[in-house]
Amino acid sequence: MKWLLVAITVVATALADLLQSYELKRAGEQSVSARGIARLAVTVARRRYLILSIVCYAFSFFAFMALVQSQPLSFAVPVSAASFILETVAAKLLLREQVGPRRAAGTLLVLGGIILLAR
Amino acid sequence: MDQPRTARTYLLVLLFIGLRGCGNLMLAWGTKRLPAALSVHPAAYLQSMLDPAVAAGIAMLIFSLFTRMALLSIADLSFVLPVTAVGYVLAAALGKVFLHEEVTAFRWLAAFLIFAGVAVVGSTPQNTTKEVPAK
Repeated sequence: MKWLLVAITVVATALADLLQSYELKRAGEQSVSARGIARLAVTVARRRYLILSIVCYAFSFFAFMALVQSQPLSFAVPVSAASFILETVAAKLLLREQVGPRRAAGTLLVLGGIILLAR
Repeated sequence: MDQPRTARTYLLVLLFIGLRGCGNLMLAWGTKRLPAALSVHPAAYLQSMLDPAVAAGIAMLIFSLFTRMALLSIADLSFVLPVTAVGYVLAAALGKVFLHEEVTAFRWLAAFLIFAGVAVVGSTPQNTTKEVPAK
């Protein structure tokens, strides 16, 4: 059950992030002021991919919630970071982001840290 | 480089990390006090939201979601992911302080690696696909 919850958290998070990144870049710069959040909420309601990303987040959230109840937070948080690899590769291939040697090296350092954190 | 936008990006990163860390902590603390196992009784999810700690955790996580959306509107996903990973170090630290979870020497080494990686990624351009306007 533990690993099923991890899998749901990881896949749903990766999907949500990819959809959001793609759609929010198209929607333009957003802010978190009171007016900015209201506008952001309207933007989310009007864009299919953002609505879908929220649905994915909901799956990810409830799976994560069940995970943190049964496992230590210091296990649940790092292990759910497996979405990291999936998302970085997809960001390069699907979103056409420039993941050069420096960004890739930094990302691998962070990933190494997250794996070590889970020990 | 666009200095105001870079400053705004890092401000959003800090806000996101703080909200996410505190939100996760409240959620973990609140759910551990609940009698039923959430994965076994799905209806218990709704009931769990009546717990003040869980409700506060959810509110913080929702606000952190909006903050991250604002961040993704101006920065690459492959930039945001590693830079916000500092949150994992914060989660381990909060777990140790408030939930008395074990933080080993490996975890301190992990924290160093994460900070080093964040510093390297932070030195790359935050947006390589552009499309900014709006706001």
